[in-house]
Amino acid sequence: MFNPTISEEQSQLLETARKFAVERIIPVAHEYDETEKFPTELFREAWELGLMNVELPEAYGGLGLSTLDGCLIAEELGYGCAGIETSIMCNHLGALPLMVGGSEEQKDKWLGRLSEDFEFISYACSEPDAGSDVAGMKAKLTKKEGGGWILNGQKRWITNASHAGIYTGFATIDPALKHKGITAFVVDRNAKGVSVGKKEKKLGQRASDTADVLFEDVEIPDEQILGEPGKGFYIAMEVFDKSRPMIGACAAGLIRRCLDESCKYALERKTFGVPIGNHQAIQMILADMAISYEASRLMYMKAAWEVDAGKKRTLTSSLAKCFSADAAVKAATDAVQVFGGYGYTREYPVEKLYRDAKLLQIYEGTSQVQRMVIARGLLRGA
Amino acid sequence: MTKILVTVKRIPDPDENLKFANGGLDLSSVKWVPNAFDEYAVETALRLAEDVGSKKTKHAEIIVLSICPAKQRQHMTQFLAMGGDRGVIVDANDADYDTAAIAKMIAKVAQDEGVDMVITGKLSQDNEGNQVGQRVAALLGWPQACFAAEVDWDQGSNSLKVAREVDDGVETKQVPLPALVTVDLRVVLPTSVRNGINPADHKFTDGPRLASLRGITMAKRKKVKTVTPADLGVESAGGEKTTTINKPAARAAGQMVGSVEELVEKLATEAKVL
Repeated sequence: MFNPTISEEQSQLLETARKFAVERIIPVAHEYDETEKFPTELFREAWELGLMNVELPEAYGGLGLSTLDGCLIAEELGYGCAGIETSIMCNHLGALPLMVGGSEEQKDKWLGRLSEDFEFISYACSEPDAGSDVAGMKAKLTKKEGGGWILNGQKRWITNASHAGIYTGFATIDPALKHKGITAFVVDRNAKGVSVGKKEKKLGQRASDTADVLFEDVEIPDEQILGEPGKGFYIAMEVFDKSRPMIGACAAGLIRRCLDESCKYALERKTFGVPIGNHQAIQMILADMAISYEASRLMYMKAAWEVDAGKKRTLTSSLAKCFSADAAVKAATDAVQVFGGYGYTREYPVEKLYRDAKLLQIYEGTSQVQRMVIARGLLRGA
Repeated sequence: MTKILVTVKRIPDPDENLKFANGGLDLSSVKWVPNAFDEYAVETALRLAEDVGSKKTKHAEIIVLSICPAKQRQHMTQFLAMGGDRGVIVDANDADYDTAAIAKMIAKVAQDEGVDMVITGKLSQDNEGNQVGQRVAALLGWPQACFAAEVDWDQGSNSLKVAREVDDGVETKQVPLPALVTVDLRVVLPTSVRNGINPADHKFTDGPRLASLRGITMAKRKKVKTVTPADLGVESAGGEKTTTINKPAARAAGQMVGSVEELVEKLATEAKVL
């Protein structure tokens, strides 16, 4: 049964995540947003505290926490800074193709590195001409005589790409096969022919690194192919089913931040002789934010619970991701409105929330793609 | 191996409002949190024990002691998650015992465990007694160094050099072990604690460390021994009694004055401060 109560151990895990967000992330988030620098030392601390690979199984040196635990932690980090949360939790996304499709030997070799050392693993899926349309990717794996593959292609908008030591990714063995040609692989950053392209300058989530990854005649031995060739699309879809609740959790954290900042400001700022929180117009905004926070939280918790329970979860994952991302953009827009002219300046925290929130509707499948997934699921069952 | 006993206490969350009832505090629904100075005490012990070059080597065993109802031990779990090795709980409602009785229990545990150091917070934030550390040192007949801002452990001479926050500055004194130290706020600055093994310029993270997720999942596997005050030879709660606790009087509303003259006049005649 789905049960949204937090256990004593979970509340202790969250206490660490919450303190990390409030004491370590929030004091520096503004600086890293302004400078677009990558807070490596902060991430190292997150890794040391175990906030970085929360769901890595115990067999590979991880803690083996549940997806729900991971999501609850993501909410706390998202409260601090969505960009920093994205880069910390990116290791989960990057490791998922291995967890979903990797053999014991592959998991042991590649996942073990994440617990032994502070190392980033990036998920290289999107391409310049294929973002949410995964089946339309052009990166190509060509079979070599005598075994192994040659990889060529370009990946775009890859989180932590400039800093990652490992990439998991997807390429097609034959574009004519469409989604039946998609194949998953894992590759070391130092393999010959792997390079990182330009770092994107972004609207928000600017502490997070986003860059191109280029593959030029990269040798991919058979033992670096995850699952069977041509079955990668199913790995990608399962990865998204398992990772999307976490976007919902980050969104919930961002909404809670909007709510806290707005409530505090509503009691400080006076117009017409009273705090603006006394005006019904502001009260309606605050109430709507609280409603969307509560709903987002319950939705990601339910989706995460389904992942943990091993249920079919495509629908709930998409519902949670889509609703929370849209709600976060609305909440952040409203938070700027509560702050008025001050909210539009970079002196106050809410304009960053507004810029950061927008990405939630775009990465790991846009809000439109989520609705397509939801609608197709509905009609298939009708 | 050197043994360090650290005492920790749970207190009502100082950031939340307290309820008053029947001439006392109504603690039935408070959120309990660890006393901040005890977090600093645990951090001090961890830094003394730690070898930053080799995470697997430790220079002391850290025993965490708390006097609290055995069922309300979340603070104990947190300190074990931060890195304490094992715990001792004295199953009792600490508020029922005066500082003399509390100190007797701590001194007895220190003796039974055969520890080389006792580290306590300088006071607990709830009643700000600032007595327990000193009393424990007296009962044990040990030297004490209170209000520590810096602690230097010289393992060669088996002594501690402690910089103490005193009214007119910082006093440094050297105490042979076994000894008792109470810690002040600045002991958690990045370079305040040295153990002679770690590089002298090693910077720890500012403030008490956060419990790592691994630490939290491991904490429940660490041993925690539960004893009663009677096991420690403490039968009486002590002679000190709290008669009443009253809410501070609400602040009266201020007055608006029309001019500087009126202000001076009121300060002189009404407030009588001039």
